[in-house]
Amino acid sequence: MTLYSELPLLVVLPETVEQVQHVLRICHELNVPVVARGAGTGLSAGAMPHPEGILLCLSKLDQILDIDILARTARAQPGVSNLSISDAAAEHGLYYAPDPSSQIACTIGGNVSENSGGVHCLKYGLTVHNILSLEVLTVEGEKLTIGSMGLDSPGYDLMALLTGSEGLLGIITEVTVRLLPLPELAQVIMAGFNNVSTAGNAVGAIIAEGIIPAGLEMMDRLAIQAAEDFAQAGYPREAAAILLCEVDGTSEEVAQHTQKIARLFEQHGATSVTISRDETQRALLWKGRKAAFPAIGRISPDYYCMDGTIPRSQLSFVLNEIYRLSEQYALPVANVFHAGDGNLHPLIMFDASDSTAIHRAEEFGAKILELSVRVGGCITGEHGVGIEKLSQMTNQFTAQELLQLEDIKHAFDPALNLNPGKGIPILKRCQEYRALPARHQHD
Amino acid sequence: MTERPPLQNQDRSEHIINALQQARDARNSVYIKGGGSKQHLIGRNCNGTILDISGHRGIVDYQPQELVITARAGTPLVDIIAALENEGQSLSFEPPLFSGIATLGGTLACNLSGPARPWSGSIRDMVLGVRLINGKCEQLNFGGKVIKNVAGYDVPRLQAGALGTLGVLCEVSLKVLPRANKTLTLCYDMSAQEAVQYMNQKAGQPKPLSGAFWLDGRVYMRLSGATSAVDSTVKQWGGEILASDETLWRQLREMTLPFFDDQGALWRFSVQSSAKVRHDFGTTLIDWCGAQRWVHGDHAGEVLQQAAAEAGGHVSLFRGGDRNAEVRAPLNSVEQVLQQRLKKSFDPDGILNPGRLYSWL
Ligand SMILES: Cc1cc2nc3c(=O)[nH]c(=O)nc-3n(C[C@H](O)[C@H](O)[C@H](O)COP(=O)(O)OP(=O)(O)OC[C@H]3O[C@@H](n4cnc5c(N)ncnc54)[C@H](O)[C@@H]3O)c2cc1C
Repeated sequence: MTLYSELPLLVVLPETVEQVQHVLRICHELNVPVVARGAGTGLSAGAMPHPEGILLCLSKLDQILDIDILARTARAQPGVSNLSISDAAAEHGLYYAPDPSSQIACTIGGNVSENSGGVHCLKYGLTVHNILSLEVLTVEGEKLTIGSMGLDSPGYDLMALLTGSEGLLGIITEVTVRLLPLPELAQVIMAGFNNVSTAGNAVGAIIAEGIIPAGLEMMDRLAIQAAEDFAQAGYPREAAAILLCEVDGTSEEVAQHTQKIARLFEQHGATSVTISRDETQRALLWKGRKAAFPAIGRISPDYYCMDGTIPRSQLSFVLNEIYRLSEQYALPVANVFHAGDGNLHPLIMFDASDSTAIHRAEEFGAKILELSVRVGGCITGEHGVGIEKLSQMTNQFTAQELLQLEDIKHAFDPALNLNPGKGIPILKRCQEYRALPARHQHD
Repeated sequence: MTERPPLQNQDRSEHIINALQQARDARNSVYIKGGGSKQHLIGRNCNGTILDISGHRGIVDYQPQELVITARAGTPLVDIIAALENEGQSLSFEPPLFSGIATLGGTLACNLSGPARPWSGSIRDMVLGVRLINGKCEQLNFGGKVIKNVAGYDVPRLQAGALGTLGVLCEVSLKVLPRANKTLTLCYDMSAQEAVQYMNQKAGQPKPLSGAFWLDGRVYMRLSGATSAVDSTVKQWGGEILASDETLWRQLREMTLPFFDDQGALWRFSVQSSAKVRHDFGTTLIDWCGAQRWVHGDHAGEVLQQAAAEAGGHVSLFRGGDRNAEVRAPLNSVEQVLQQRLKKSFDPDGILNPGRLYSWL
């Protein structure tokens, strides 16, 4: 949220890994906090500067170092943008699968730190499933290679810990990703529904049919209208919800699945079904989806993006609860999300110049996350905890569990200098508890 | 010998905590045992009081439409697979069942996955949540039963390959997938080096490849997926279609191919899939599209480690040999310190499977 802003003591823009190492060594010696930053597109204020710390911008480390066509891997510096890896691999018929909607801008280092997903994660997995090895600098500035060019590594799987660690365990200075062959063919089936419950049930029906689509996304009325105004993607404006379902594979397989899914949508009450004719239309259908956040940004001065995950079977229940809360808090909400993964993105619209609206938005958001946990889900599927969801961590974890997470943090960063005040609430038992700026303190 | 009656499904977490607490109070360490299928594999010898969790078994929750199953760690994989098969689903990572005694917890602790690993992921990739008891006898939940979850560090995946040294696994949630409609195997005669090239080239094509291994001058390419996709690939690739291929892949997965008969030292290389083939370590079986390679014999560990490092990976002594010595690739001092601190964060008194992973851990 735009609410979270802070000036750092100093911003550094290193151009080499050695410089990063140098900065870390100095900070370690002087006991100064270090906040890593990629492109700053994170949605939980994870890269927000620390007032007494260094902001370590990795954007200048932006080289793709190597593409190994036979082994199907790419080695990149942390500041390389997500999309440029796929762009560089395309001439070899390969691509990097995780595709956050921010992929033009967000960095691979940021992706690893957040374990980012995208619209194709239902079939191809998250960042953690698509990386082989990392080069990491510890808080002391020591260089570590984590993972290997093989499919596992000896000792504890530190890659599992570093992925999604939000800059709290180490600084990522190089990433080796796995590349996949570009599918022969991909097609999108778009279905309109006149209420969200029928759309939600259709999601379950596809999975029950034994088909794992490459992507399965849902948008509700406000999101459809905003995205359509923004991108003219050809969405049915009158629909209460649409599903965008992509199937990919060999041409024969895609033909078979497309027909099957179109039929399933009709059987499950779709009011319109459109199958992409060609690549241009497919790209257009996705353009609307990928532009949905900025599209909402155009119609509301501010929005608060939530990220809870829920079991798929709870989709229609939870969406209807969100609408009820929207009325209760008198704040409009648009939903645009990864339905196949059960990963919700309610966008709560408000005006930050109205202090009561900020408060209501925060409370509304918190209610959604509590609800997600209550139906068996979690508080964040891909955006991370950062500062925004710090206080919700206690909904998902017991005190003992939080202390275990804290102990892991200690193992990597005993003085708590890496991105302090984010990700894991530091319980007060901690001697090293750093006096955070008062407004970021929490119990 | 009288046959023991099959164990009942039951929740034995309280018993496990009590047993662990007793061991802790007496300053004893424990060796966590599931089905016992891997007791003499993968890790180092470990002498602790046996903490048998095989009685803690049973499927706790299975929602086919959610593609998620949750079971107690002592549940035999065969029970889980049977439940999944009823719903047309499967464990995509194809774990070895080791005569039916392999358990869910043991498989996660050892991070064991079968021939589909390069395409369908490992158990490490599929684990969504765990309930574990750490060395302080605290029962903790991490992850969950949903496909995506980035709240807190990824403790569930950290358990994969940790050999039980960070916690006693109690309950595990896994992502499961629909079974393929059709499976078929093509085979071709070629040398090992040609096969590595061939497998990797084919893996770069968008075809439903689900297994690729080489042994004794033949490469075997398995295709699984939608019938139309498998059929069209067979037409394009050509080659000999292998009859009764299911047996072959099962034997590969279970390590019951004659290649594995030698009961001496068995080494596992985990390397870059396209790495050059070495001929100086005797007969090799090359699986995982080149990323997993097996050799036998009493080689000097350092020589193999050097070769593995050159191939972008590492080697471990999977079976046999001296299991009181280190069986895994050495780590440098920075790595060691970090691993030790991590171990301490879960198990400050070092009571869980001490020395199983490394002598110093
Ligand atoms: C319009 C929009 C759409 C989005 N869509 C998606 C989506 O579909 N899926 C999704 O998962 N996310 C999405 N996001 C969120 C965001 O883009 C991702 O979290 C992304 O991975 C962040 O990358 P970044 O380079 O901007 O990281 P930043 O925001 O700069 O940093 C994110 C966190 O990572 C840490 N960090 C960054 N680089 C490093 C490094 N090299 N080493 C250690 N720590 C580091 C930071 O300290 C911070 O905690 C979206 C965001 C926007 C604005």
